[in-house]
Amino acid sequence: MTPALSIDRLRVVYDDFIALKDVSLTVDKGESFGLVGESGSGKSTLLRAVAGLAPVTSGTIDVGAKRLGKTRDKEFYRQVQMVFQDPYGSLHPRQTVDRLLLEPLDIHGFADTEKRIQRALDEVGLGSGFRFRYSHQLSGGQRQRVAIARALILEPSVLLLDEPTSALDASVQAEVLNLLEQVRRDRNLTFVMVSHDLGVITHMCERLMVMQTGAEVERLEASDLASRNVTKDYTRNLLVASEGFVREP
Amino acid sequence: MNTLLHVDDLRVSFPTRTGVVEAVRGVSFSLGQERLGIVGESGSGKSQTGRAIMGLTPQQAEIRAKRLEFSGIDLLKASPAERRALRGNRVAMILQDPKYSLDPVMTIGRQILETLRTHEKIGKSEARERALDMLAAVQIRDPKRVYDLYPHEVSGGMGQRAMIAMMLIAGPELLIADEPTSALDVTVQLDILRILDRLVIDRGMGLIFISHDLRLVSTFCDRVIVMYAGKIVEELKASELSRAKHPYTQGLLNCMPKIGTSRHPLPVLDRQPEWLL
Amino acid sequence: MSDAVMTRREWLLTDRPQSRLQARLGRAYLTWSRFAANKLAVIGLGIIILLLFVAAFAPLLSPYSPYIGDLKNARLLPPSSTNWLGTDDQGRDILSRLIYGSRLTLQVIVLVAIIAAPIGLLVGTAAGYAGGWIDAVLMRITDIFLAFPKLVLALAFVAALGPGIENAIIAIALTSWPPYARIARAETLTVRNSDYIAAVKLMGASPMRIVLRHIMPLCISSLIVRVTLDMAGIILTAAGLGFLGLGAQPPLPEWGAMIASGRRFILDQWWVAAAPGAAILIVSLGFNLLGDGLRDALDTRSGGQ
Ligand SMILES: Nc1ncnc2c1ncn2[C@@H]1O[C@H](COP(=O)(O)OP(=O)(O)OP(=O)(O)O)[C@@H](O)[C@H]1O
Ligand SMILES: Nc1ncnc2c1ncn2[C@@H]1O[C@H](COP(=O)(O)OP(=O)(O)OP(=O)(O)O)[C@@H](O)[C@H]1O
Ligand SMILES: [Mg+2]
Ligand SMILES: [Mg+2]
Repeated sequence: MTPALSIDRLRVVYDDFIALKDVSLTVDKGESFGLVGESGSGKSTLLRAVAGLAPVTSGTIDVGAKRLGKTRDKEFYRQVQMVFQDPYGSLHPRQTVDRLLLEPLDIHGFADTEKRIQRALDEVGLGSGFRFRYSHQLSGGQRQRVAIARALILEPSVLLLDEPTSALDASVQAEVLNLLEQVRRDRNLTFVMVSHDLGVITHMCERLMVMQTGAEVERLEASDLASRNVTKDYTRNLLVASEGFVREP
Repeated sequence: MNTLLHVDDLRVSFPTRTGVVEAVRGVSFSLGQERLGIVGESGSGKSQTGRAIMGLTPQQAEIRAKRLEFSGIDLLKASPAERRALRGNRVAMILQDPKYSLDPVMTIGRQILETLRTHEKIGKSEARERALDMLAAVQIRDPKRVYDLYPHEVSGGMGQRAMIAMMLIAGPELLIADEPTSALDVTVQLDILRILDRLVIDRGMGLIFISHDLRLVSTFCDRVIVMYAGKIVEELKASELSRAKHPYTQGLLNCMPKIGTSRHPLPVLDRQPEWLL
Repeated sequence: MSDAVMTRREWLLTDRPQSRLQARLGRAYLTWSRFAANKLAVIGLGIIILLLFVAAFAPLLSPYSPYIGDLKNARLLPPSSTNWLGTDDQGRDILSRLIYGSRLTLQVIVLVAIIAAPIGLLVGTAAGYAGGWIDAVLMRITDIFLAFPKLVLALAFVAALGPGIENAIIAIALTSWPPYARIARAETLTVRNSDYIAAVKLMGASPMRIVLRHIMPLCISSLIVRVTLDMAGIILTAAGLGFLGLGAQPPLPEWGAMIASGRRFILDQWWVAAAPGAAILIVSLGFNLLGDGLRDALDTRSGGQ
C-alpha cells in the first residue's frame, strides 16, 4: 500500500537559518501521526512545508503516489488541508461563516454549494444558526469548528493539524478532539497533528515523533509514552515536565 | 504578608445594542505576594477581570466595584494618566493572543527596545544588550537571530515568550499573566513558570495566573479561583484542586486527556442551569 | 410569542441571521448607528447631502443665470434682497454662480476619487502582497510622486496638458494616488502573513483572487476615510488651480476661479471673493467631519464588537 504521506530528508532554510534538518517521515492511510517537541523546533514548519507555505530547500514530499513539486496545484489542495493553531487568527475578520465556506467551493467550481455548506456545518455540530455570523460573533471553540469545517469541505484525505486545541479550554478541547476523532473515523482521514500536550497526542495518535532544533529526536508508539518506554533524555524531560510544576526547595 | 490588591464585588458589563452583556458579575478576592490562579472555561470572564484591574477594558464597558485597590491606590478613582503610569511601571499584564498583541510590521527586537526605552533613559546599544538578555532569559535559543525577526517569522511559542520578555522589563509589583504559556511546549512552559516563581519569591511580586491548564495551575499556584459565567464558583488551595467539590470544576478536570488512560470519546461538560446562579 | 413579533431592529441585530442579506444589512446598520452617534459626523454628512442636493437641482434653485449678467445696472452690487450674495464685476448673481459651481466642485471630487483611489488601492495592495522587486519598483515610483508638493506637481501637469477643468482633474488625480498606495500597502503588510490569508492560499486561491477578494476589502475602509479627509485638500487644489487661471476657464463658475476674479475688489466689494471662499470652507469642513466620523464607524480592528 502506498502511504498517504511520505517525506524524505526534508530541509527548510530561512535566509541562513535551518529550520528543518533532513526530516523523514511516512504516514499510512487512515493513520494519525503526532509531532511533539520543543517550541521553535520546526513542527509548524514541517506542516507548512507540506502545505506549500514554507520554502523547501531539499528533500521530497509525496502525497499518495504523487511527488510534489515547487508549486502546488489545485488538485493538491483537494487532498491536503490544514487547521491552524490560532482560531482567532485563521478566520477572515470581515467574512461570514457562509462566505468562508463558500470560497473553497467557488475556487474549485463545485455546483451544489448550498448542500455542501449545510452538510459541513452539520458535521462539525454548528447547525445553520451560525451560518451567517461573522467570526467575531463566535467563541474560540466555535471558530475552530468553522476552521475544521472549511478544511473538510473539499473532502481531503490528509488533514494537517497545527495545535488545533492549544488555545481552547479543557471542555472545548474535549469537544473538538471528539469531533476530530469522529470525522477521521467517518471519512478514513489521515492526520498529522502537532501538539505540545502529550496527553492530547497519546489520545489522538498511534505513532509520534519527538523533535528538537529542527531534527528528529526519536520516534515512538503512543503506548511507549504511557509505559515510559523512551530512550532519549529529551523525551524523558518532556514526560517529567508534563506532570506539572515542581518547586525546588 | 502585605496585601497588594483588593478586589471586592467587581462587575464588568458591556452595553451592546442587543442588551447588556455581563462579563464579570461580582468577583471578590485579594492578592498578596503570592501566585493566584484563575481558571474557568472560555468566556467565563477571566481576561475581563484581569483587564479591569489593569484599566485595559474597552471604553464602552462599565466597571463597578465596592473596592478596587492596588497598594493603597483606589483604581476606580485614579485618573487615566495615573493609571497609565501604574501600568507602565508597577503593574503589568501579559495579554492573551501574542500574535494579536505584537505589531506585525515591527521586528521583535524593536518592540522590546521601544518598551524598554519608554521606561528608562538608556542608550541604544545598552538597550539592545538588555533586550537580548531578556530574550535569553525567556529561554529563546539564538536571541540575536530572533531579535531581527518579524512576528510572523517566529514560532507560536517564541512570540509568546517575546511578549513575556516585554512585560518583565519594567519589573512590575503585580503581574497578570493571561494564558502566558498556552503555546509553549511543556519544558519551556516550566522554564517560564520558574522565572515567574523567582519573581514572586525573590522580589515579592504578586502574580495572577490565568490559565485553562488545570494541571499547571494546580502544581504552580498557591490558591485557585474557579470562574463560571462571570462568577467565582469555588476558591480553593491549588494543591487541593483535584478534590474540588463543585461539579463544574470536577467536569473541567475530568475532560482532559491523560497519558496512559484511554477514553474515547472524551467526556464533555454537561452544563447545568443552576451553576449560573 | 417573542419570536413572532420581532421588531425590525431586532431582525437587524440578531446574532444568528438567516440569510446573507440579513447578515450584511445587520452589519451596515451597526456601522450606521455607530456613525450616527457622532453628532459632528452627522453634520458633516448633512453638509455633503446638501451639496449633492444643490448640485442636482441647480437650475431650479438658482434665481438667475450663472453666465449672463446685467453689465449695465448690476455690477458689483452688495448683498440685498434681490441678489442675496450680491453680484460680481460682470453683473452676475453670485449665489447663482455658487449654486452652479457646486456641480463643478462635485465633478472634480467624484472624478478624482474614481481615478485616484483605485489606482492607489491597486498599486498599494499589489506592492504589499507581491513584495520583492515589484514592491521596490512600485514604491519608488510612489515616492517620486510624494516628493513633490501636490499643487506644484499638479501645476506641472496642467502646464504640460494645457489649462482647463478636465486637465485639472486629471492632474489632481495623478497627484493624489500616492498616499492611498502607501496606506493600502501598509494595511496589506499587516495582513499578508496572517493565518487567514494562508488559509485562503490553502484553498487553492490564486494571488490575484487573494488580493482582490480578501486583501482589498480589508484596505477599503481606511482608504475611504483617507479619501474623504482628502476631499477638502482636493477642493482646495482645484480652487488653487482655478485661482491661478490653470483650472476652470471663464466663464465657468468654479469657486477658486471666482475668488481669483474677486480679489481685485477685495477691499471695497469683499463679498465677491468671500462668498466662494465661505462655500469652499463649508464643504471642506463637511468632508473633514464626515471623514472623522467614518474613521470611528468603520474601525475594523474592533471587529464590530
Ligand atoms: N518566515 C520565517 N522566516 C525566518 N524564520 C522562520 C520563518 N518561519 C519560521 N522560522 C523559524 O523556524 C523555526 C521553527 O519554527 P516553527 O514555527 O516550525 O516552530 P514550532 O516547532 O512550530 O514551534 P511552536 O511550538 O513554538 O509553535 C523558528 O526558529 C522560527 O524562527
Ligand atoms: N467588547 C465586548 N463587548 C461585549 N462583550 C464582550 C466584550 N469583550 C468581552 N465580552 C464578553 O465577556 C465575556 C468574558 O470574556 P473574557 O475574555 O473575560 O473570557 P475568558 O474567560 O478570558 O475566555 P477565554 O478563555 O476564551 O480567553 C465573554 O462572554 C465575552 O463575550
Ligand atoms: Mg508552531
Ligand atoms: Mg481570555
